[in-house]
Formats: sequence, C-alpha cells, structure tokens
Amino acid sequence: MLSYITRRILLAIPVLVGIVVVVFFLIRAIPGDPCSSLLGERATEEACERFNEANGLNEPIFVQLGIYMRNIATFDLGESVRFSRPVNQLLLERLPLTTELALSALVLAVIVGVPLGVIAARRHNTFADTATVALANVGVSMPVFWLGLMLQYLFALVLRDTPLALQPTGRLSAGIRSTAYYDLWGWELTEGSLWAKFNEYIANHYIFNNLITGQWEVFWDAVSHMILPTIALSTIPLAIIARITRSSLLEVLSRDYIRTARAKGVRERTVVREHALRNALLPVVTIVGLQLGGLLGGAVLTETVFNLAGVGRALFDAITGRDYAIVQGFTVVIAAVYVLVNLLVDLSYAYLDPRIRIE
Amino acid sequence: MTSPNHKRAIEQLEREAADAKPLYDKPLTQWRLTLRRFRQRRSGMIGLGIISFLILVAIFAPILAPYEPNEILIGKEDVGRYDPPCIHLLGCPEETPQHILGLDGNVRDELSRIIFGSRVSLTLGFFTVTLALVVGATIGAIAGFTGGWLDNILMRAMDVILGFPSFLLAIAIVASIGRGLQNALIAIAIVTMPGYARVMRAQVLAIKESDFVAASRALGARPSQILIRRVVPNAMTPLVVLATLGVATAILEAAGLSFLGLGAQPPLAEWGSMLASERNQVFTAPHLVFFPGLAIMITVLGFNLMGDGLRDALDPTLNR
Repeated sequence: MLSYITRRILLAIPVLVGIVVVVFFLIRAIPGDPCSSLLGERATEEACERFNEANGLNEPIFVQLGIYMRNIATFDLGESVRFSRPVNQLLLERLPLTTELALSALVLAVIVGVPLGVIAARRHNTFADTATVALANVGVSMPVFWLGLMLQYLFALVLRDTPLALQPTGRLSAGIRSTAYYDLWGWELTEGSLWAKFNEYIANHYIFNNLITGQWEVFWDAVSHMILPTIALSTIPLAIIARITRSSLLEVLSRDYIRTARAKGVRERTVVREHALRNALLPVVTIVGLQLGGLLGGAVLTETVFNLAGVGRALFDAITGRDYAIVQGFTVVIAAVYVLVNLLVDLSYAYLDPRIRIE
Repeated sequence: MTSPNHKRAIEQLEREAADAKPLYDKPLTQWRLTLRRFRQRRSGMIGLGIISFLILVAIFAPILAPYEPNEILIGKEDVGRYDPPCIHLLGCPEETPQHILGLDGNVRDELSRIIFGSRVSLTLGFFTVTLALVVGATIGAIAGFTGGWLDNILMRAMDVILGFPSFLLAIAIVASIGRGLQNALIAIAIVTMPGYARVMRAQVLAIKESDFVAASRALGARPSQILIRRVVPNAMTPLVVLATLGVATAILEAAGLSFLGLGAQPPLAEWGSMLASERNQVFTAPHLVFFPGLAIMITVLGFNLMGDGLRDALDPTLNR
C-alpha cells in the first residue's frame, strides 16, 4: 500500500507542474501586452517601463516562468489590480463559499442518488426503475444555469407567500452578519499572521461558523440562501451517481456469490446490503471523485445565477475584467485542489479494493 | 414454473430465432448485428427520434419559423417587449398576433429564434466533436502505436488537460484566445480531446498485438500503412459512442460559455446567449428563460440517449 501511495503522489507532481506551466502560457497568450491592459490604453511608455521592471516582465520568458513557479511554491499569488489586494486574501474570502456549495451539492447527490440507484436496481424493469432511469437521463441533460433560474422562479416567486419560499440570491440577507467564532470566543489573534489568516478562512464558512457558535438565526439564513444553488448544482452528479449505482448493483446482483448467498437462505435485505452493495459502491466512489471537477465548473455558472461571491464567480469577473493575477492564481489553486481530490479518490479506491494496489 | 421473466426470455429467444432466418442469405456482419441490437433499445431509438426531428427542424428552419430570427416586430405588429406567449387555440384573442412562445426584450418572435437556434447548436456540436475526435484520436493512435518516449510525452500532455476541471479550462482558453462562438468551439474541443486520445490509445495497444496485424507485418506492410489500414478502422467502435455522447457535452458546455457571454454573441439566435440576455427577466417574462433552456435540454437528452443506446448495442456484455 505504501509503495502505491508513493507512486501515485509522485505521478501527481508532473501533472501539477504541467498545470502551472499551461496556466502561465495561457495568460501570456492573451492578446495585448500586460501593461496596456493593466494600466490602461493611455499609459505612458515610462510608466510601462516601470511596470515591466517591477513585475519582472523584461526578463526572458523562461526566467519569468521560474520566478512564477517559485512564487507559487511559496503561496505568493500576486496582487489583484482591480481590488489592489493580494490574491491570497481574496482566495480566503471567496473559497469557503465555493467549498460549502460544492460539498453540500456532493452530499445531496450521494444521499439521494445512491438510494435511488439501489431502488431502481432492486426493482429492475418495473415502473420505479424506468422512472429513475428516465429522470437520471433528464438530469444529466439539464443546463445548470437554466435549472438555477427556474428554481428561483418557482421557489422565490410562485411560492412567495408559502412557507416553502426561499431566498433567491446572495449569501446572507441584508442586515444579517456572520460573527467569526474567534471574535465571539475572544481569541487573541495577531493581525496578518498565518494562524489568523487560517482562522479567518475557516470562519468564512458561514454555515460551519454559525453552527459551531450556535448563532441559529444567522445559520438558518445562510442555509436558506444555499438550498436552491445546492439543488441546482447537485442535479447532474445526482443523476450520474444514481445511474452508476443502478448499473453497478445490477451487475453485482447477477454474480455467483450472490446466488450462493441467496441459496444459503440469507435474507434478501442482507444480501443486498452486506454482499452486493459493498462491492457495487466501488465504481460509485470513483465517479464521486470525478464529479468534483464538474462541480467546480458548474459552481461558476451556479454562482453567477445566484449572485454568490465564490471563487467561480470571482474567476469569471476577473476574466471579463482582465484581472490576470486573479485568473492565474485562482485557476492554479482550483486545478491543484482538483488534482489532490482525485489523488485522494485513487487512494481510497486502492484502500477499498486491494486488487488495485498490486497492479 | 414459468415466471413472467422466464416467459419474456422465451419470447425473446423465439423472436431472435425468427429474426435469424434471413441470415442464411445475408451474412451477419458486425454492423448488421449492432443495428439490430440498437433497434431493440427503446432509449436509443427515442434518442435517434429526437435527433432526427432536430435535424429536420434545423434544415427546414426558414419554412417552419413564422418570422426571421432577427426580425424586430416593433411598428410592424401591435406587440410589445416581453409579451407572453399568445396561442389562438388556447383562448388568446384573435386580434392579437399569434406568437406561440412569446416575444423577447427586442420584440423578436421567440419561437423563430429557437427554431433557428437549432442550426447553431447542431453545427457547433458536430464540428466540436469532429475536431476533438480527429486530433484526439490521431494523438492516441500515434501514442499507442509507437510507444516509448513519444507515448509518454503525448499522454502526459493529455493528463495535464485532464488535471483541470474541464469547464474552467474552457473558460480560461476562451479568455486567452478571445470570446466568440468559434473560439468556444476550439476551447471545448481542446478540453474534450484527452478522452478520445485515451480510448484510441487503449484500443490501438490491444489491436496492435492481434494476429491480423502480425500477418500484415509479415507480408511486408509499412508501419504507417498498418496503422491507418488495419488498426485504426478496427479501433473506431468505442470512439463512435464517445463521439455521440461528446456532442451532448459540447452543446451543454457551449451553452454554458454563451450564458457567461464568452461564446455566441448577440444578436445571433443561440439558446445559451438568448437565455443569458433575458436572465434578469426571469420573474417578469419567465418564458424567455424557460424555452431556450428546454431546447438545450431536449437536444442534449437526444444525444445522451442515442449514445447510451449505441454503447449497449456495441457491447453485448452489457446486455440487460
């Protein structure tokens, strides 16, 4: 197992380096020189010269790449021109929302998708099965942004005067503020220290922060803002998970050892739960990991539709506003998170299925 | 003891036996077998039906659409911006002009725009997949056939592309080469390419070892000839499935890019950008958001169903 872990980690390194290189050259390929796009069309030559000097843009391209790699290795992602703030700071303000959104969507997809798939497989070729398959097919074909807008229309307008009405946009309602746990508990944190930044990052997970501090009003407000985006974002992974669970369980249920278990007189429920489902869930684990990429991509659209200030939305704004430090930094960080999650999925897969390790 | 399942199995066998009769005069080729299995798949046939319908709509768009897609009706008819659907059969007063799906913010007929939008989405899906398939399959074939360092370099490059969440990479690529439908097409082709490369490589690796390739080699065929004439044609089957599903992904992602304003630009009647330009009207004119999205969903559904049907038909081990 250990050698497998080492090999997988070593294999992830060239991919990470490749990602950094690709992002570096993608940004450099943007038409127009960085000076005029950052300082404006009417920047003087002198100002440009100073700008290039300050940002190391007069160096040969491979030296620039080296500097960039070194900066990334020390978590220095540069400074946003539009906000005049370090990209790191923006990241720790924006990332928590996306994490909460993606995680809750993934959890919803699993807790609804897996049981749906199991029901469909156990009632193979019945109405429940056909309906699940049909729903799953429609689910994977739906554009996230469309579903998001339709949910807003349904829950915020049509059901406006019912208890089912939900907040259409934003992260918290006007007038509601989330107080960080460290302020509430009177922690002494040094301004600007790494520990303070880490705590700020954690506290920006509003749902988590208000859950542990017991600020129920704020907690419920944050949750009610998150329900619609979560449903919208989880549809595609939910449909895919239901489908994979169904076909995987169907395959396992036709195996000989299941017949043996049934022949021994094991109760059907035990057969499904203990013998079949454990093996059938292996492909589901892989799919759950793979869905994360889709979730991060879908988060851009979901955050745009629901007007949420997450990384996806920030990235999109940065692209349209030509704020290259953000584009560069956020893309690298998101891709790195994605690679690491896939690595974790591979490792958990190897843990669950010993055959993988030996290969 | 004849359970319903058992009875169904017997009926199926009888049907197959009946179907099998004409085989004495016609050889049962792989293609024919696949076609027969595909026809038995209900979902695949539904998908085929949807796609055929959409292709017909796209071809006959000028005949089917009551108006030009960019025709502004203000001053021509007594209608206003964001007018809801008006269907005479459903009790809309006869004196108001009929607009089945209503009017958009520029007083254009929504139905006509959606009909013409099918042309954009179908061509886009087709060209994106063709580009990704040709480039990806070539890379995969070369990597698998030559092996060694070239294989390593090519496949690591593909791994890097796969290292990004695909939609985000597409956004980044469009940002760097400029917005527009054509660039969105290129971006989506690039991010979907590794799938084709990987499948092609795996296929080539397997086929490379087969006897008929060895026979060709023994007969003195050049490696390039073996690859193009013998290996690639035999490796295409799974790629066909992947390509069909790929059209669905391409249309969905292109609509997403257009929604963000990175793909199709107004006034082009493209479903994603139509939806984007009216998204703030979702509470006042929901029909302008609902119908373009529905059109996207039906199209994507068609290709997904057809792809699934093809996959089941081409892989008999998945018979269920």
